[in-house]
Amino acid sequence: MKPTLMKAPPNRATWRSSDVPTALLYLTPALLGFAVFYAWPLFRGVQISLTDWNLLSPAEWIGAANYQKLFTDPLFWNALKVTAIYVVVNIGSQMILGLGIAVLMQRLRIGTGTQSAILLPWLIPNVTVAIVTLFMLDPNVGFVNEVLDYIGASTHSFYGNSDLAIYTIALVNTWRNMGYTALLFYAGIQTISPDLYEAAALDGASGWRSFWSITLPMLRPITALILVVSMIGSFQIFDTVSVATDGGPGNATRVIYFYIYQKSFEELNMGYGAAMAVVLFALIFTFSLLQLRALRATESDVN
Amino acid sequence: MKNKPRITVSRLIERIVLVFLLLITVFPFFWMLRTAFVANANIFSDSMSLIPKEPTIVNFKRVLGLSTTEESLAAGGNGQQLDFFLYLGNSLLFTAVVVACQVTFSALAAYTFSRLRFRGRDALFTVFLSGMMIPPIFSMLPNFALVRSLGWIDSFAGILAPYLLITPFAIFFLRQFFLGISREVEEAARIDGAGRFQILTRIVLPMASGPLTTLAIIQAVGAWNEYMWPQLVGRDDSVKLLNVAVAAFAKSSPNSQPDWAGLMAAASLQVIPMLILLIIFGKKIVSSLGFSGVK
Repeated sequence: MKPTLMKAPPNRATWRSSDVPTALLYLTPALLGFAVFYAWPLFRGVQISLTDWNLLSPAEWIGAANYQKLFTDPLFWNALKVTAIYVVVNIGSQMILGLGIAVLMQRLRIGTGTQSAILLPWLIPNVTVAIVTLFMLDPNVGFVNEVLDYIGASTHSFYGNSDLAIYTIALVNTWRNMGYTALLFYAGIQTISPDLYEAAALDGASGWRSFWSITLPMLRPITALILVVSMIGSFQIFDTVSVATDGGPGNATRVIYFYIYQKSFEELNMGYGAAMAVVLFALIFTFSLLQLRALRATESDVN
Repeated sequence: MKNKPRITVSRLIERIVLVFLLLITVFPFFWMLRTAFVANANIFSDSMSLIPKEPTIVNFKRVLGLSTTEESLAAGGNGQQLDFFLYLGNSLLFTAVVVACQVTFSALAAYTFSRLRFRGRDALFTVFLSGMMIPPIFSMLPNFALVRSLGWIDSFAGILAPYLLITPFAIFFLRQFFLGISREVEEAARIDGAGRFQILTRIVLPMASGPLTTLAIIQAVGAWNEYMWPQLVGRDDSVKLLNVAVAAFAKSSPNSQPDWAGLMAAASLQVIPMLILLIIFGKKIVSSLGFSGVK
């Protein structure tokens, strides 16, 4: 098990110089795609952010005005805050539940049939998940509230209450993704030698103890990898908000993706949307670098 | 040594937790299907029975546009329909093209980065990889401007373009596997006079069929789930994806009382294909997903 960046063998340009034409040929789609859909947008995105472009009239250069506006826009800061809550709640619960389910899978020797049942929500698009949970959690006819009412607990409008809505969305997406996360953890657990557990059992260690002293430390590299990948995905929360709450109630679920989308494509304020996207990019870039450093740190720990 | 699971209190608790987990993952979909067979008029009165008291297929009929507008309005809808098979076809086409291109082009690039030798190879790979850090919403604005200026709004070309040519994650993923495959067979084939392309298609790709399947599954689920970009550039019926249509159907729901039964019928129509897929290929999917995180 090595979720690390494997090194390709030394790249001696002198040997087989005939590789260059082949490489160029094989890389044509990727190079073209990178140029058009990554490099060019990077340049264009920054450029648009310095204009007042609205899709309809020609763009006019306005310098850093969009950025100045952004720093005093309470909705922008609210969007960052709401997104942060979402990411922390979603990633935190998804990692813990995913790991828990994976351990359960291993301890109970669960078959692939049961595993695929747990995976089902992950195969369903966010849009559909939003619609189904909107119904399940509805304050009037939703099953969850019917059950809460039946057992005498208080009912809630989970998506419609501004104190609960963002947590609801975070946990709904945890529900959708936890089966997938669990399978990734499970794959990691299976690479741990059973000898370790047997030795621990001989020494009288409880299952709980071997989890903390064997499973968790051995899973550190894969945990870091899952964390990085899920975190990048988690920042992109849009679909559920768009279908289930439309950013509301009030601004309670107006996450950064949704706010940028609305500014750019509904209010046609492309320049302002682009400026926010630049700031978001800077934030994600910083986060990823920090996480990659953490990933490297764990690598050296294990090797 | 395989010790049989003993029946102890902790085992019992673990089993109960598992059953509970299965229930919360599967039950909402069962409930969705069940509600799809309840008439809107009975949603309140029949809100708890496991099997609808008066099952009806009126919801499917009106969602699919098989009932008249009057019938549809009487059943609590707003006359809105889903041209289901058209959108399903669009979504299948979109997913198939995305997966085929992503797997092919990523395999070519991954092979290049793992086997061919040229100056700047590893630097270029790092540059590609760093593309993963660009948030999709960031590229979406310039991409929209580009697709618009090309006149590709409401065309498959426009919906597909940003997905096809490069997928940094897929290149990274396949390169890892190619690096782990022994070169000896390749060297032998080379001595026998096989060209690069033959080595790739006859030796490397077959050996990597496991990871290629895994990648195809992950990318297919991702493509099937795509919403933000397709709903921006593909609003015309001829290119509308099922996701986009279902979301629009949900948003057009009357404000007074949502058309729950109709919504659940629409959602069921979208879940059923995945359910069939999972029942047939569940084992394959589960066992191959194990590849993705590890190694």
